[in-house]
Amino acid sequence: MEYNVKFAHNIENRHFCVKRFPPNLMTLCPPLFWLDISPELFVIIPGWSILPFNLCITINRRCDTKGDSMNLAEKILAAHAGKTSVEPGQFLSVKVDLVMTTDATALISVQQFEKMGGRKVFDPQKVVFIMDHFTPCRNIESAEVVKKLRAFANEQKLVWYDVGQAGICHTLLPEQGLVLPGDVLVGGDSHTTTAGAVGAFATGMGSTDIASAMATGDTWMVVPPSIKFSYHGRLKEWVGGKDLILHTIGKIGVDGASYAAMEFGGEVIDSLSMDGRFTMANMAIEAGGKAGLFPVDEKTLQYVKDRAKKPFTPYASDPDAVYESRFDFEVSDLEPQVAFPHSPANSRPVQEFQNIEIDQAVIGSCTNGRLEDLRAAGRVLAGQKVHSRVRCIVVPGTREIYLDAVREGLVETFIEAGAVVSTPTCGPCPGGHMGVIGAGEKAISSTNRNFIGRMGSPQAEIYLANPAVAAASAVTGFITHPKEVAGS
Amino acid sequence: MINGRVHRFGDNIDTDAIVPVHAANLVDPAALGKHCMENIDPDFINRVKPGDIIVASRNFGCGSSREIAPWSIKGAGISCVIAETFARIFFRNAINIALPVMVCPEAAASTEEGDRLEVDMVSGRICNITKDRVFDAAPYPEFVQELISCGGLVAYTRKRIT
Repeated sequence: MEYNVKFAHNIENRHFCVKRFPPNLMTLCPPLFWLDISPELFVIIPGWSILPFNLCITINRRCDTKGDSMNLAEKILAAHAGKTSVEPGQFLSVKVDLVMTTDATALISVQQFEKMGGRKVFDPQKVVFIMDHFTPCRNIESAEVVKKLRAFANEQKLVWYDVGQAGICHTLLPEQGLVLPGDVLVGGDSHTTTAGAVGAFATGMGSTDIASAMATGDTWMVVPPSIKFSYHGRLKEWVGGKDLILHTIGKIGVDGASYAAMEFGGEVIDSLSMDGRFTMANMAIEAGGKAGLFPVDEKTLQYVKDRAKKPFTPYASDPDAVYESRFDFEVSDLEPQVAFPHSPANSRPVQEFQNIEIDQAVIGSCTNGRLEDLRAAGRVLAGQKVHSRVRCIVVPGTREIYLDAVREGLVETFIEAGAVVSTPTCGPCPGGHMGVIGAGEKAISSTNRNFIGRMGSPQAEIYLANPAVAAASAVTGFITHPKEVAGS
Repeated sequence: MINGRVHRFGDNIDTDAIVPVHAANLVDPAALGKHCMENIDPDFINRVKPGDIIVASRNFGCGSSREIAPWSIKGAGISCVIAETFARIFFRNAINIALPVMVCPEAAASTEEGDRLEVDMVSGRICNITKDRVFDAAPYPEFVQELISCGGLVAYTRKRIT
């Protein structure tokens, strides 16, 4: 294969990347000088990381070494397309292990399924409907939608999660062992990428794509280029998966991984909890990623061991796997991150936010509604009172997490502090219910998007942060580092 | 051949901007169309005429997978969306529901609010009549062309399963 023009760009001290461009982009990005080295050598050029200016180096290397080596995304897709080897840009018909959709988007899928002439879904055990967005139903319209979906699910004998069993879909699927390492999952919600934390290829699609997958059990996909993100060092107290991913999106932008599979690694990831990994994979879509994948390690196997209800095949990237680009982050000095309105890419250290008065703090969502998140918030809120001006809303992601939070005394901590604890739902995150905000109001939120109008009024402001920052801000009434409330 | 007046948008127009979540229980394109761009441009729906064209910069349609976003654009009477780049899920959704979308950075860069465009979806040629300039959009991949020639994913899948 003739390719491999590499482009490197010094983003800032200790952050660098190597990017592969197709040859026709050479004219757009002429080389400063030529080197004939591997990208692995390239990133350790002495002095490289302290250059005070942006630098381009173009490396032209005949890359015929790809051979059969593949990265994690390529291996999963190849296995589901009946191929021994695939490469980025290739069109595939991919068999899916699970099709998931929710009350927010499923009704159009059902209508399209019927228009397609669909009679029976391809496998009722592999089609899951989860009522999470506007449930318990927020109004008559949503009640009518769920009624129709309930009837369809009954008739088709699908896997059905309603109020009482349901949780936020992306939190529920891995928790219930419905998505496993090596699986292909397509979901009618963009945050379907979350399941990449268990080493599955999981991606979001629209209602018509979901309808087609429900009917046929397969879907068309283009093999995405993969980008490798490696994190080095040791995380500070109060810093976790949310801060890593906000920092990453801040560096690469909301389309920095467009159409690509993001693969996460490095020693920081090795020691990151499963909950932290779910948070990162969840927000891959906020950089435009098609999927966000983590290597399957002991932690993953421990997590899935008692949950898996079927056999599974974990895959791993080959040591010489090819990536479109690589980003290396040294994160020992990373502070808790806050993304200011109206983009998740607007991330800055929490200390840079002075005197931002907030009206609401939200702790929950498919991004940060897991037990570790509630524990972090509980650690901050224990013995404290929510500021009289602030509404603090805690939303456990699933029934199991809720029950654990009750058993650990976290729910008591929250209520004593003056927070409210909601039933599992997407609730305020997409502006559905349970804490919609009005014009001129400011919310700090452990959710994933701070777009205009996302949480209610288009005149409101949303600041994204980790659950401990949201909890600390709830106590002081201003955006606050958790150590100021709970110590370090 | 599409002929319409341009409504110009910038970078990263997200799905919450295209259609607010309070409309998420609607399924009728015309009803969804009444909320198109409501969060960022409440007057848009009063200005838009059937056949008009949206021209945007980078990453149009980022965010949610909600198909109501392209449905609402279609429901508002927009005939075509041209952008420098599209977010992946939005692009797929638009192709699937037969909302014409074209990737053409050059056309996007030199088109302004109110320009009149003539667009040939078959050849990919975009004529800016106001500015007297001609551009060629990136061709669709072969598989996508096949989807489009079938009339979208509903028709394509119907052919496969019935």
